[in-house]
Amino acid sequence: MHEPAWFRWARVIGLTLLGLFALLPVYVMLTSALKPLPDVEGVFRWFPSHLTLSPFVDMWSTIPLGRYLVNSIIVSTTASVASVLIALLAAYAVSRYRFRGRQAFSITVLSTQMFPGILFLLPLFVIFVNLGQVTGLNLYGSRTGLIITYMTFTLPFAIWMLAAYLDTIPRDLDDAAKVDGSGPMGAFIRVVIPAAVPGIVAVLIYAFMTSWSEMLFASVLTNDSTRTLAVGLQGYATQNQVYWNQVMAASLTVSVPIVVGFLLLQRFLVAGMTAGSVK
Amino acid sequence: MVDTIRAEQPVAASAPSPPRSRRRRRELLPYLLLLPAICLELLIHIGPMLAGVGISFLQLTQFYLSNWRAAPFAGTANYAVALNLNGATGQALLHSFTVTVFYTILVLAISWTFGLVAAVLTQRSFRGRGLVRTVFLIPFALPVFASVITWNFMLQQQTGAVNRILLALHLTRGPPFWLIGPNSFYSLVIVAVWRTWPFAFLILTAGMQSIPADLYEAAALDGAGIGAQVRHVTLPLLRPVNRVLLLVLFLWTFNDFTTPFTLFGSAPPTQADIISIHIYENSFVSWNFGTGSAMSVLLLLFLLLVTGVYLAIGQRGERHA
Amino acid sequence: MRPTKLRAMAFVATLAAVPLAACSSSSSSGGSAASHPTLTYWASNQGTSLQDDQQVLAPQIAKFTRETGIKVNVQVIPWTTLLTQITAATVSGKGPDVLNIGNTWSPSLQATGAFVQFTPTVMSQVGGSSRFLTGSLSATGQPGKPPTAVPLYSLAYGLYYNKAQFAAAGISSPPGTWAELIADGKKLTRNGHWGLAIEGGSVSENIHLAFELSQQQGGAFFDTAAKPTFNTPQNVAAVKQMIDFMQADKVTNPADAQYSKGTEALTDFATGKTAMVIWQASAGSLAKLGMNPADIGVAPVPLPSPLPPGGKTITSMVAGINLAVFKDTKNMSAALKFVKFMTSTPEQETLNQTYGSLPTVSAAYSDPAFHTPAVTTFRSILSGSAAPMPGVPQESNFETTVGTAIIHLYADAATGKTVTSAMVAQALSLAQQQLGG
Repeated sequence: MHEPAWFRWARVIGLTLLGLFALLPVYVMLTSALKPLPDVEGVFRWFPSHLTLSPFVDMWSTIPLGRYLVNSIIVSTTASVASVLIALLAAYAVSRYRFRGRQAFSITVLSTQMFPGILFLLPLFVIFVNLGQVTGLNLYGSRTGLIITYMTFTLPFAIWMLAAYLDTIPRDLDDAAKVDGSGPMGAFIRVVIPAAVPGIVAVLIYAFMTSWSEMLFASVLTNDSTRTLAVGLQGYATQNQVYWNQVMAASLTVSVPIVVGFLLLQRFLVAGMTAGSVK
Repeated sequence: MVDTIRAEQPVAASAPSPPRSRRRRRELLPYLLLLPAICLELLIHIGPMLAGVGISFLQLTQFYLSNWRAAPFAGTANYAVALNLNGATGQALLHSFTVTVFYTILVLAISWTFGLVAAVLTQRSFRGRGLVRTVFLIPFALPVFASVITWNFMLQQQTGAVNRILLALHLTRGPPFWLIGPNSFYSLVIVAVWRTWPFAFLILTAGMQSIPADLYEAAALDGAGIGAQVRHVTLPLLRPVNRVLLLVLFLWTFNDFTTPFTLFGSAPPTQADIISIHIYENSFVSWNFGTGSAMSVLLLLFLLLVTGVYLAIGQRGERHA
Repeated sequence: MRPTKLRAMAFVATLAAVPLAACSSSSSSGGSAASHPTLTYWASNQGTSLQDDQQVLAPQIAKFTRETGIKVNVQVIPWTTLLTQITAATVSGKGPDVLNIGNTWSPSLQATGAFVQFTPTVMSQVGGSSRFLTGSLSATGQPGKPPTAVPLYSLAYGLYYNKAQFAAAGISSPPGTWAELIADGKKLTRNGHWGLAIEGGSVSENIHLAFELSQQQGGAFFDTAAKPTFNTPQNVAAVKQMIDFMQADKVTNPADAQYSKGTEALTDFATGKTAMVIWQASAGSLAKLGMNPADIGVAPVPLPSPLPPGGKTITSMVAGINLAVFKDTKNMSAALKFVKFMTSTPEQETLNQTYGSLPTVSAAYSDPAFHTPAVTTFRSILSGSAAPMPGVPQESNFETTVGTAIIHLYADAATGKTVTSAMVAQALSLAQQQLGG
């Protein structure tokens, strides 16, 4: 594709500016992670006068960072994968079928995004406790309860987004697959899903990051052994002071696998899945 | 390839079944597909939400917290307090609401624009594109608590990085305050944009992948430059994705609690009094769950109204398109 | 059945099983074997980290288990989530058996009715109320009602001052009156160095100081009928005094109006940027921040001289941690045994020594560890010049509205607006309206 020169310049300048904007705080976090504690709140210097690696060491013992990290990984992965699977089914229904109640379903699901979390935190907790007392299923204080909660939180956007994305995939693809002999579910799995990979990847990232960073419900629905990172990082704030350097060090460290994941996943944000498959 | 009809394989394969029940099963399929989502939403989202709405009609203070079934019925008293524009509470709520509307519109507009620009600039492959995309997603990957607190450090008047840079570039004479005073609103917008635009970028990039490349080629053959291609090919075909993206970004930004709370602490400056924090501080912190619920329901009604209008306009636009 | 339909249903069924198959770890909340119950105890963070708290408490808990056979499951909860978790536990009836609470929460928590009231009968089971310091006991609930918790650790505010900087400026002793403090502060404010650090963006720090100054002016924020009385001349004078440190006396850096994280003012003091700060006992934190112990001086917060009519010689509010028992606990006698253990003299000596706080039982003070100058200063403050925050159910509402109003006044002063007494009165009046509706 022919690229005019002005576009190439615009690209370099635009991407550089946006990149600086994105990375400036990361740089500040990095320098803060390498400073002794009293210097973190001191005047900002491009290169700190004292460099120390001790925050990266101490951060594992000030709070049980390893345990929190494992909990977060388990909860976020399970919740996001489950959410995307359920959302895919629902999105397929919304996108491909005109059934009664379709509008109502869409609007109701969307309305959940308008409610502040604090408001249904307490009723949810009561529901979990009552469920636990009635069925013996331990949902509060367990990762399961958190997983179910996060799955549900991410469903509305996932369904809406995937439905919108599936809408951009021409129905001819489904029909072509059905002509080949598969039923609607077969067409879905074999043809539509591969075509929707970029949308699925985007929604998966969204669902994972939402579960990863959610704080309010995690604070109530977990106990010390199931606590996730989002809440656990606040353990660096003690009665009289906060170990800022360790907070920064821990945050950077736990973000490394996520960023690596992004790097690997962005390969799926590629065009070409639909181009040329239907003439 | 796929449009040749393979006559040897009839569509109705092995087991012959009466047409009526097959039609009913096909009618049931969408509902079946929705079932897991509906169950989860009812249990986790809708149920507690309805309970929250119910609480707004009660006088649920700390006195009744452990025995909430016994809380006295308050009728619309909580709503009256929230809507009474002559009272301190009502006035403060209105002010907070206004601030939040401006905040949301600004953050939405800037984040979406940045996201679109970045998506367009990274659409064609170039060396290092994967790295650039990942860099843009880094703010999205960092724990909120740490990254927004970092902005608080950066925005401190005397010790922060932002003022060091501004002074070094001679863009300002005396170091301005960013965390208090009128600038605090813009600080909040900048931090929110920093956290939001990567998400817009992600969704728009994914959305643009489903636009076939030959459409761009055709437009280029017609003489359209890159700007025109974006206007006439990309944006129209992104419309379904954009409809969702803009709407949810609006809702999430409006309801955003974590960013202002982490940036300013529990008492944000009046110029940046975002409504979710306002409701939290003026009700839940003081154990006044009835009032807090009423304010939240009012918020919900406003957002439903906005959504309804938005979707209605969108529908009309689609019919004309 | 058509294969596709079957496949769809299997798909759906698998999804339903996914969350249930995910590993879940158990939580425990007072499972009771009749003879050897296990208590759940929510400890607050008092030490230098959550792990540190676990390590401090572990040997004491082991001792308790040896003595009574009762096991205790200790959860250390960060302050940022403790109140939310207590609220959720209160609402659902599902919580720990024993827990730490901030003592200023006592009146509000008492109003929920979810905690055991320490009536004389119950109190006698944990050793009786006469063992406790009257000061500590005063912050355990609404006046006229039995305590809703027993005091566990006590803290008070003091004026921390940098001995080295004072000596260098030729000041021989810490200020005893506000006039002296301002004079000293002005001597020490030069070249980017300031006299007094204030955590101007923090609700709790502001409200505590406002309360103390209001007491000194003879003011009160609630009347005897628990009705709010925010906009009185004494309260206005107290708040105006706070703002004047920044705008009129100029001994406080205007940038302090941004200090909202609860740490910056203390850090400024520890790193030598300011010479004084009013803070709760913080020897541990100052050490972690690298301050030379020889430079750390503590004195009571100054008093106005002369004392205004009706003014009280109050230099601190009663700060501290109380130990409460959930009314719905299934192990009441075990829980009370634990309370008795934690407030017993040897435990009070050990724990308060480690945490740098003050014992709440008078018998513990015979331990020489509490005879250092700093501890002696804090102890005399606690017993002689400390008053509890208002013991009304609306206490947290009061803290939020008035504390926030003060934060906004500091912001106005810092960004160049002159804050007059009229503006202070207006702010307090608006805050009060929010309580009444």
